[in-house]
Amino acid sequence: MSPPEKLLEARDLAKTFGKVAAVRGVSFALRRGETFGIVGESGSGKSTLARLLLRLIEPSGGGVHFRGRDLTSLGREEMRRERRHIQMIFQDPFGSLNPRMTVGELVAEPMHAHDIGERGDRGARALKLLDEVGLPAAAGARYPHEFSGGQRQRIAIARALASEPALIVADEPVSALDVSVQAQVLNLLLDLKERHGMTLLFISHDLRVVEFICDRIAVMYLGEIVELGDKAAICGEPRHPYTQALFASAPGRPKTARLAGEIPNAADVPSGCAFRTRCPRAFDRCAIDHPPLRALGGERFAACHLVEPAAEAVS
Amino acid sequence: MNALATILEVRGLSVSLPIGGKLTPVVTDMNLSIARGEAVALVGESGCGKSMTARAIIGLPPPGAEIAGSIVLKGQELTQLTPSERRRIGGREIGFIFQEPMTSLHPTLSIGAQMTDGLRYHLGLSRTAALERARELLDRVGIPRGRDILAGHAHQLSGGMRQRVVIAMAIACGPSLVIADEPTTALDVTIQAQVLDLLARMREELGLAMLYITHDLEVVADFCDRAIVMYAGDRVEDGQPEQCLTRPRHPYTSGLVAAIPRMGGTSARLSPIPGQVPPVGAWPAGCRFAPRCAIADEICATRPVFDAGVRCWRPLASPAP
Ligand SMILES: Nc1ncnc2c1ncn2[C@@H]1O[C@H](COP(=O)(O)OP(=O)(O)OP(=O)(O)O)[C@@H](O)[C@H]1O
Ligand SMILES: Nc1ncnc2c1ncn2[C@@H]1O[C@H](COP(=O)(O)OP(=O)(O)OP(=O)(O)O)[C@@H](O)[C@H]1O
Ligand code: SF4
Ligand code: SF4
Ligand SMILES: [Mg+2]
Ligand SMILES: [Mg+2]
Repeated sequence: MSPPEKLLEARDLAKTFGKVAAVRGVSFALRRGETFGIVGESGSGKSTLARLLLRLIEPSGGGVHFRGRDLTSLGREEMRRERRHIQMIFQDPFGSLNPRMTVGELVAEPMHAHDIGERGDRGARALKLLDEVGLPAAAGARYPHEFSGGQRQRIAIARALASEPALIVADEPVSALDVSVQAQVLNLLLDLKERHGMTLLFISHDLRVVEFICDRIAVMYLGEIVELGDKAAICGEPRHPYTQALFASAPGRPKTARLAGEIPNAADVPSGCAFRTRCPRAFDRCAIDHPPLRALGGERFAACHLVEPAAEAVS
Repeated sequence: MNALATILEVRGLSVSLPIGGKLTPVVTDMNLSIARGEAVALVGESGCGKSMTARAIIGLPPPGAEIAGSIVLKGQELTQLTPSERRRIGGREIGFIFQEPMTSLHPTLSIGAQMTDGLRYHLGLSRTAALERARELLDRVGIPRGRDILAGHAHQLSGGMRQRVVIAMAIACGPSLVIADEPTTALDVTIQAQVLDLLARMREELGLAMLYITHDLEVVADFCDRAIVMYAGDRVEDGQPEQCLTRPRHPYTSGLVAAIPRMGGTSARLSPIPGQVPPVGAWPAGCRFAPRCAIADEICATRPVFDAGVRCWRPLASPAP
């Protein structure tokens, strides 16, 4: 089998805001067609990472390669053209939808911006996209505030699809929705992904949602990826002490372990292993040596001194 | 249930609000009772009337609200009291925790000033005694450096710490009932678990009756003794949380539970409830869930009565004994 094609690769990405180290050396690759999840507590750097991938903010270090091109080296105009292929969906669709534009105009806008299709056909195509996300054609003439949260998220999805992106980055897209509406939107995302063969980067703090929708999952803590692997491995037998504690806190899981304390301030990251101040297994070395993200075999990675690579991976 | 142990007894509670110039029902025929040490979950989707039920109980409904029915707290009918009597009793006997701790905390007053205010008013403590009691309370909710926190302000605290402060304030005057409106929804799972542990401990140590409002039944399944599921202003099911999750009887509860992605689940798609919640003022006349119910029938055009734990003419299979 040939190795899966890399659609996007983050290489040692870093972002600091003044003293705050929001993202600290993150590397991973997205495979074409997969749904890749990023989970972590508030402040762990998920949204900052997403904004770095789209180059909505400039990295303090490292780079992003999309379809083999280094996005960080692109000029303004080139970057603008590249954005057609990477679209973003936010938690609060209201903030990202211009209240003075009709829904039809909002969905057609990316087609104008990226010069997609004939000008005269764009209105009809916008209606077709609305239909695809389950909204009636009449919705096209109305304004975003006339819609419920779930419907607004459908509008944001239709708009994201308008430029026929290869990658959609969704930052907490269902976190503000009720469970039954959330289920509708998650199913829609899966249907569209299948139909259009898109790749999806899905950010969430809800472990149940991530487990449902993702193929692979990266767990972030204080700006770093501490564990990465396929869904079954991460959810079923987490290896990093933080991942273990996180899943033990998830609703519907037996409450085996409780994590004490809170995530430290990103302006004052603990030395060595950043998780050591809350880790039930921390020992002397954890305050001194920073554990790198190491391959454990079977395409799993973890950053902890106590997690050893499987025997077959070493050989 | 032992009548003495009943802390809160709500009967036939209805709340109507002036919406678009018309008095519109938002909660109807609500019944609930909570005993000492018992925790009852009030579960349902956005807009179904959970917070309005709570606000009617604490006597803080929005302006122009019309409230009918009876609310008895420790044997005393609250709806008959004057607003000032109500505030006095409410402030002392009922602790309140909001979803967003910043709603319960003043942005510019120090934490100490806010915590001692209620203690001085309701318990008549001196400033020094109230401060000392506030420090003890913070210690009790797992905040050790109480003195520093009391001098500081809400914005200096993390979300989890703020919610601990709010919990300390809610239990400050020795209430018999604590109403928590989505207290952990805005928190991370690890902090959510800590706050739930803390609430469970407070409930046990102080014998509190607790009304816990949430839209996520799974989060409170091990925490609550009973769950009341609401839909469009109605109580549609009343049962044990575990039973509601695994053997729901009302078609709405069943749909709600099926829509939750479950850990370890293997299905390729979730099962959302078709259609949308009807807005207030546009509820169907019969069963309010009928337009979305897969097993609706002619009889469902008539409003179902609440019977044997469900408001439904055709409840799903009875729970195993
Ligand atoms: N523009 C900014 N200026 C200063 N600090 C920032 C900025 N954006 C983010 N941060 C800080 O960077 C860290 C990471 O924030 P980020 O928003 O990426 O976290 P997150 O994982 O998305 O959290 P949440 O789950 O709350 O959305 C936090 O400490 C945050 O306060
Ligand atoms: N101040 C108000 N004026 C008019 N209508 C209101 C007011 N507050 C709430 N409502 C309406 O009353 C109904 C019940 O609201 P309530 O706040 O009790 O819902 P809820 O179940 O707590 O929802 P959520 O999960 O979103 O908090 C809703 O339809 C809401 O739109
Ligand atoms: S390196 Fe040490 S502190 Fe960090 S997760 Fe592993 S055991 Fe815990
Ligand atoms: S009363 Fe009828 S419509 Fe309503 S939930 Fe029961 S079966 Fe469905
Ligand atoms: Mg974020
Ligand atoms: Mg509410």
